[in-house]
Amino acid sequence: MKKLIKKCLLISFSVLMIISLTACQGEKKVTINVYNWGEYIDKSVIGEFEEKYGINVNYELFETNEAMYQKIKPGAVNYDVAIPSDYMISKMIEEDMLLKIDFDNVPNYKYIDDKFKNLEYDPTNEYSVPYMWGTVGILYNKTMVKEPVNSWDILWDEKYAKQILMQDSQRETIGVALQKLGYSLNTNNLDELEEAKQELIKQKPLVLAYVVDEVKDKMISGEAALAVVWAGDAVVMIEQNPDLAYVVPEEGSNFFVDAMVIPKTSKHKKEAEMFINFMCETEIALKNTNYIGYSTPHTEAKKMLDPKVANDPVAYPSDDILEKCEVYRDLGDMVKIYDRIWTEIKAAK
Amino acid sequence: MKNKLIAYPYIVWMILFIVIPILLVLSYSVTYKSDTGLAFTLQHYKRFFDPLYINVLIHSMNLALISTLICLVLGYPMAMIIAKAPVRHRNMMVLFFVIPMWMNFLLRTYSWMSLLERSGLINKLLKLLQLPTLNIMYTNVAVVLGMVYNFLPFMVLPIYSVLVKIDKSLIEAAQDLGANESEVFLKITLPLSLPGVISGFIMVFMPAITTFVISRLLGGGQFTLIGNLIEQQFLSAGDWNFGSAISILMLILILLSSLVMSKYGKDKEGVGLW
Repeated sequence: MKKLIKKCLLISFSVLMIISLTACQGEKKVTINVYNWGEYIDKSVIGEFEEKYGINVNYELFETNEAMYQKIKPGAVNYDVAIPSDYMISKMIEEDMLLKIDFDNVPNYKYIDDKFKNLEYDPTNEYSVPYMWGTVGILYNKTMVKEPVNSWDILWDEKYAKQILMQDSQRETIGVALQKLGYSLNTNNLDELEEAKQELIKQKPLVLAYVVDEVKDKMISGEAALAVVWAGDAVVMIEQNPDLAYVVPEEGSNFFVDAMVIPKTSKHKKEAEMFINFMCETEIALKNTNYIGYSTPHTEAKKMLDPKVANDPVAYPSDDILEKCEVYRDLGDMVKIYDRIWTEIKAAK
Repeated sequence: MKNKLIAYPYIVWMILFIVIPILLVLSYSVTYKSDTGLAFTLQHYKRFFDPLYINVLIHSMNLALISTLICLVLGYPMAMIIAKAPVRHRNMMVLFFVIPMWMNFLLRTYSWMSLLERSGLINKLLKLLQLPTLNIMYTNVAVVLGMVYNFLPFMVLPIYSVLVKIDKSLIEAAQDLGANESEVFLKITLPLSLPGVISGFIMVFMPAITTFVISRLLGGGQFTLIGNLIEQQFLSAGDWNFGSAISILMLILILLSSLVMSKYGKDKEGVGLW
């Protein structure tokens, strides 16, 4: 009896194997690997793309630009489309990790606002198609903070001791201190960095925690009064807790663009371009913008947004605010200095 | 011959996923990229002996040691209680210790966050009872609590498994010879259970000293532990060489401490891990 069962199992297994093998040979469906930030797409869009073009999408997520870079660099996985931020794109271009996009295959590129073309990270705009953009600023709870918020200085105000949340990210937090002092976000000057370090060590006793994604839960539930956040996340949080408000400090802040690129390891460049083009279709861009809450560089999609959103200064700040904001540049070897400063801040008692 | 055949898959597995990765980490830790290619160096190791990084190590060891000792103090009596319980209750009690481990580790740590928060469950309850509220979230205390909670089963189970195997006749003999309860414990039970204590100690200390999730979530990223430092080197600083050097140093440290520990354990026959 036992033997019989074994035989049956064996036969059914081999049949299954053969079927699956022939199935593979039968239709060659291309699969592209897409690598994006977490919570950074309306997932239904992927299904629509698969249906429309008969291409499979293998969708994977990353948490930070650096983690994405570390995974693409060795080339073990062939990603076809990735969506990193500006400074990481310039680093990847410099290290010859990206393919030039054939813009004849991306006709929808015409919808992208000229403001977001030929930016510093891709000066001739050959490698990237902007996906979303935003600013960094202060999110505060109006019931706990009565005074007007307009400067980074408020994050050093002892009144709010243990009610301040900072980003657990080297560039963001060191950047805040640099801008508070009136220096560039991309400084190479060791004295300026030393000053920023001292500022952050001084601030440390006032900080409740250095957080990443938890910031959303904490601010919505009123655990803290002030937090450094990205504008897109602020939009989502304000929606859930109307007591919250967002401001870009007048000293200036970080302005970022996340853009779609094709890594050099891609094996399906044409399909990758189809995907990028699809993401720039007005309706798709609109869907994504509504879902994510970040700001779209897509002119037509922006026109179709709910006017309340389109005129919301949180997501679409005025040009004079944007003028004061700075884009991150790749730090190169300075990263190690930033890392050491960060460790020193964390080690400070 | 047959036995050997069965072992092959494991050997292949071990070479692929343990030996080769360790060799890779080792090679990263002693090389740097020069203009002519890779060159040998010990600078990454030297860099670690900066007071800044040594302090990180000391802080991590402190927290891990405290958590391990608390686990021991809580775990030993618990293991004794389980070992002394009637057989039919024992498995149930062990099960109660194991069931929480079936849940995802991250999930359990997140739920501590919602318990300890300023407006969390514990504080809501305290407020209801008109008691002063507890603000331990994002402190060392919260981190130690998280470690003790997560790693306690690793202390209880090895001690328990040694305790149940102790020959009852030894205890009876001691009692016959006039030893009182504390003497029986100090002279018979404790020495015989030492191997379990040692493997429990190692099983808790190792994950406690390398954790980076608990310190980030419950400690609010206020301080860098050695695990965070390593993670930082690989992900944000992109300095794989330094990260590898720290990993190798940790490996040596853990290896040394378990060697010392198992030397004590070896004298008594037991259920050591090694």
